[in-house]
Amino acid sequence: MNIGVLIKQVPDMEKVKFNSERGLIDRKSAGTEINPFDLNALEAAIQLREMTDGKVTAISMGPPSAEEALREAIARGADEGFLISDKHFGGADTKATAHTLSAAIKKLGGFTLIIAGEKTVDGDTGQVGAETADYLNIPHVSYVSHIQAVNLDNIQVISDIWSGRYLKEMALPGLLTVTKNINTPRLPSFKRKMAARKAEINKLTFEDLKEYIALEECGLKGSPTWVNKIEVPPTATRKGKIIRNDTETAVNLLVELFKEMKVMEG
Amino acid sequence: MGDEKYTGILIFAEQKNGIIHKVSYELLNKGRELANQLMAPVYCIVVGPKSMDLQELIYRGADEVYYVGNDFLNLPEELIYTENIINLIKRIKPEICLFGATSFGRSLAPRIAGNLKTGLTADCTELKIDEDGKLIQIRPAFSDNILAHIKTKTYPQMATIRYKEFSEAERDINRSGKIIKVDPILVEKTGVKILRELECMENDISEAEVVVAGGRGIKTPEDFKILYELAELLGGVVGASRAVVEENYISSQHQVGYSGNRVKPKLYIACGISGAPQHLAGMREAERIVAINSDPSAPIFNIADIGIVGDLYEVIPTLIEKLKKKEVAV
Ligand SMILES: Cc1cc2nc3c(=O)[nH]c(=O)nc-3n(C[C@H](O)[C@H](O)[C@H](O)COP(=O)(O)OP(=O)(O)OC[C@H]3O[C@@H](n4cnc5c(N)ncnc54)[C@H](O)[C@@H]3O)c2cc1C
Ligand SMILES: Nc1ncnc2c1ncn2[C@@H]1O[C@H](COP(=O)(O)O)[C@@H](O)[C@H]1O
Repeated sequence: MNIGVLIKQVPDMEKVKFNSERGLIDRKSAGTEINPFDLNALEAAIQLREMTDGKVTAISMGPPSAEEALREAIARGADEGFLISDKHFGGADTKATAHTLSAAIKKLGGFTLIIAGEKTVDGDTGQVGAETADYLNIPHVSYVSHIQAVNLDNIQVISDIWSGRYLKEMALPGLLTVTKNINTPRLPSFKRKMAARKAEINKLTFEDLKEYIALEECGLKGSPTWVNKIEVPPTATRKGKIIRNDTETAVNLLVELFKEMKVMEG
Repeated sequence: MGDEKYTGILIFAEQKNGIIHKVSYELLNKGRELANQLMAPVYCIVVGPKSMDLQELIYRGADEVYYVGNDFLNLPEELIYTENIINLIKRIKPEICLFGATSFGRSLAPRIAGNLKTGLTADCTELKIDEDGKLIQIRPAFSDNILAHIKTKTYPQMATIRYKEFSEAERDINRSGKIIKVDPILVEKTGVKILRELECMENDISEAEVVVAGGRGIKTPEDFKILYELAELLGGVVGASRAVVEENYISSQHQVGYSGNRVKPKLYIACGISGAPQHLAGMREAERIVAINSDPSAPIFNIADIGIVGDLYEVIPTLIEKLKKKEVAV
């Protein structure tokens, strides 16, 4: 089975600095990594490949530096990586991103399954997966926490919707977005790391995709939404009461609180 | 001014088993407020099983309710819903289109926006009308670290809105409005079939008034028993940090946080949870937060109303005992 995995390079959230006075994000303050949710998408793809044979292709739209993320994807088990990069693709919102990714997927052709993460930790929208499916005119299932069975024609998955879990069957080709609970991503092996260092990262520019997408549909121009302003709210803290190593006092205080809040049943 | 061809605010009122999700009433509240500023009507779309009683949506502020009712529309099937909703959006031509940012809403709305080739803003926590009559959509991004103000150039301006950000619209039984029945569009082959619903958490954690949550401070899966006992005494449910979900101590539906459930209970009791930013993202808006942790420097204490530095294996059993005695005394 030929599987495409959508991965995005994001700033390392543990290290990014946010300036709440000036409303700024200092992206330079942090290194970059593969969006943590996309590691689960990649792992799901690798496990499917191990079951069914075939190929895993990591696809990312981003600046030239996103090549690093694709290299890491190869180190973690992807067979190849495609970087979709062009100055015309910059400033894309979810619509333009999904449209461009779908153009690349059509251009590469031959995928039976596309897997995306649930959301990115920077854009944080969780929209690109389902929107890409729509541009590709294929079905999608979101919030997949388990892959139950797969054959050449369809795949059975568990989708977590509301407080319920549904067993869904999707015809292939189709797209899944997966949650962090689907698996635990493997770490790169030493051997794969070496291979990744030498691997060729394929590039696609607007020129390569122009059969599938118009210039006005890419990047900033193709983005119907725009950021008018950002605010960095100060981190919320509460000045609470702290009780140290005194169970009796602590428990009494809690009972008082429960009474006051009327949370005790009966 | 907005675009003249598009007027009114359309709210997708989500339902499950014929029961309208409460986020819809919250959207009606905000929607009405925006509509009054724009001097425009409020529409609702309901897609669901037959014979739903939709008068409530009118009492809560809808002027017109478009109802696509058929029993095959009961399950969360994005692709069938998409066809039916797109059909109505094209007919109604609203300037603003709002969905609840529930798991279903967030899976459905991108499909619709993609199809209509319009912009979609995810997971908003506030909406305003700008001087030019356009919608300002305010949403957290960068893992909840910033608030972005987003505007949309295309119509309809579409957004998903977080649950429990706005209060529900007040009920006014003197309000009148129209319920318009719409024939369902049958979609023969969507490519997705729901084989069955596997399980449903009895008490939805995002609805709970009291959440007693455990983290890595809980040493074995069996030890969750004390949390269940405490939750029961308080009429609440049990939550968990990702760390213990990963260990398979408890199922993922209990997970609270950035990649789990967002909760906004009256009372949140964090037991043996350090308070990583990804955990806080799911619970920091609780009305009251109690933290029990043996490490005085645990970040969870920064957002606790009552912080108890101590061993949860001592504090919780003592608390349970005390609560039980109280019950006997009443
Ligand atoms: C992309 C991403 C998404 C994530 N999403 C989530 C999410 O949705 N939810 C989530 O929770 N995490 C999430 N995480 C993980 C998060 O970063 C933390 O790793 C996790 O929350 C830690 O869980 P914990 O507090 O239970 O464990 P720890 O950090 O190990 O804390 C355990 C705490 O228990 C205390 N303790 C130990 N023994 C006792 C005792 N006997 N009595 C009292 N206290 C005791 C310790 O002092 C410690 O503070 C995410 C991470 C990433 C990268
Ligand atoms: N620039 C991108 N390149 C490749 N995949 C992406 C990109 N942006 C988003 N995705 C995919 O879409 C998912 C949802 O992203 P988002 O809608 O930004 O939260 C991610 O987890 C990725 O799988």
